[in-house]
Parts: sequence; C-alpha cells; structure tokens
Amino acid sequence: MGTSWLWLFEWCEATVLGHAIKDSAWLFPVIEAGHLLGLCVLGGSLLVVDLRMLGLGLRRQTIAELAQDVWPWLLGSIGVMIVTGTALFLSESVKCYHSQAFWVKITAIPIAVLFTLTVRQRVARVGTLDTTAVTRLVALLSLALWFTVAAAGRWIGFS
Amino acid sequence: MSLLSVMEWLASTSWSIALHESLYMYPLIESTHVLTLGLFVGLAVMFDLRLLGLAMRRVPVSEVAARLLPWTKAGFVVMVITGMLLFYAIPVRSYQSVFFRIKVTMLLLAGLNVWLFHSRVGRSITEWDLAPVTPPAARMAAVVSLVLWAGIVVAGRMIAYNWFDCDIQPQSDFINWAAGCVLPPR
Repeated sequence: MGTSWLWLFEWCEATVLGHAIKDSAWLFPVIEAGHLLGLCVLGGSLLVVDLRMLGLGLRRQTIAELAQDVWPWLLGSIGVMIVTGTALFLSESVKCYHSQAFWVKITAIPIAVLFTLTVRQRVARVGTLDTTAVTRLVALLSLALWFTVAAAGRWIGFS
Repeated sequence: MSLLSVMEWLASTSWSIALHESLYMYPLIESTHVLTLGLFVGLAVMFDLRLLGLAMRRVPVSEVAARLLPWTKAGFVVMVITGMLLFYAIPVRSYQSVFFRIKVTMLLLAGLNVWLFHSRVGRSITEWDLAPVTPPAARMAAVVSLVLWAGIVVAGRMIAYNWFDCDIQPQSDFINWAAGCVLPPR
C-alpha cells in the first residue's frame, strides 16, 4: 500500500486546536452546528443556479445573472465549510484516517470545488434564457459532486 | 393517558424497534434528513436574503416566491416525513429531549412567521415586488425566519447529545422540568 500517512493524521490530532476541540464537551457540537448552517447556505446558493441550468426554478432570469447574484454566498459558504470542516477533522483525524467515508469526501471536495470555480462558473456566463445540453450536464455534475461530498461527510459520523 | 405513555407505547411497536435497531435504515433516513437541509433551508434562506436585499436584488420577489418556494415546500415534505420517522424510531428519548422541545417550539414559531408573512406582509407585494430592498415588515419576517431556522438546525443537531437526558442525573430542577423527566421520589 506504499507509505502510510497515519503519522500525519496523528500529528493533526496532536495540534493545539485538535486537542482543544477533543477535550471540550461543547466545542465539537458547536463547530459541527456551524458546519451544518454552512451546508444550508451552500445548498441554497448551489441550487439556485443548478436548477436554473436545468431549466427549472428562476427561468425568467439568465444563468449569468443568478450565478453573479449568489456568487458571494457560494464563496462564503464554501469558506465556512472548509474552516469548520478542518477544525472538526483536527479533533478526530485518526478516526478519519480509518474511515472510508472520509477518503471519499476528501477526494470529492477538491474535484467539486475546482469544478464549481472553473467549469461551472465558465458555463454560467450564459447571458441568454436558453438552457443547453451543456448547462444541464454541468448542473447534474455539480449536484452529483456536492451530493457525494455531503453524503460521505454525514457517513463519517456513522463509521 | 399521558403523552409519555403514548411515547412508551410507540416505542414498543415492532416498526419502531425495527427502525431503531436497523443497521442501515436509520442512518439512511437520518442522512436524507440532513442532506435535505441544503434544499429546504437552503432555498428558504435564499428567499429571506432576497427580502433583505442581500441576494438576487434584480429578481422580483414574486418570481422568487413562485419559482423557488415550490422546491422549498417539496424539501419541507421530505424533512417532515424523515423527521417523523426519526422520532418514531426513538420516541421516549426524543420526547424527553430539551433540544427536541426547543426545536418543536421554534418550528411552531417559524410556521406562525410564514403564515403572518403570507397573510399580512405579502398582501402588498405588488407595491414592492421590484424593490431591491423590501419594506421593514418583510425584512423583519426574513430576519425572524433566518434566526428561527438556524436555531432549529442547531437544536436538531444537539438532540444527538445526551447532556440533559433524563437518565443522566443529577440534572438541575429546571432541566428536569423542561425535559419532563419522571424522577423516583426522593
């Protein structure tokens, strides 16, 4: 299996922040609640545009207009998710190392983020009211990628 | 018959036990409940942000209401069904959970807020449909909605923690009262 990265995960859990969260009764729940609130905003700002790209939802606005409108909320919620998610990870890194769901999630996150900020953002420049096979495909990929991230994330808690 | 005995009866039904003990059904329902937050609360938040003039300022409020709220409603149906199943799997503990009680209270208030908005504030919508920022009453409804749904999400998540459970004593008198704990006579 090559080099084990377990030492790195052990180091993460031994950081000051990892320790502080693990030793506190309420820090993990509070950060986790913040992670969930971030999920709500992320879900909303993704769906407004993804639905539109599928020809659903706000069909009288162009994809470009909606994408521009929710852009700060999309970026902000991704930021909140990364910050709170990293904090949660630090408090239980070794558990994550042994969790298949974690590896699915950590693989899907960079793909989803990159896809959203590059391909999807580029396609979302469409300034007409039409949806095409491309916009629909991009929307479906976006939904599938973020669904994978969210479902795998929830599943870390069950493992 | 007290509500608690109804919950005890619910817990004794075979479907409740099966759900509670299931290896995959309970986690799957729970995951559906959590992931649907992105749809239900997510789009509700987007509507509130529109009312506040913080997103989609150029989109008429009536457009957002007509075209996004149906998706919110669909999400709400999923939330209610999965939420009731989760409750049904663990009725007594949920019923005696302080966080569950806070959540239900806030859900009722959120429902009241929706009703007030649509029956009162929303009536004059034609006057401010195109306004980037809506009138104070509409913005107030949006803030109340955001605060309540955030509280509902947080309280819902906290149900999983047993800090204030009735079978973990001693608890303060207030917690025992708020959770409806039945204590053996001292």
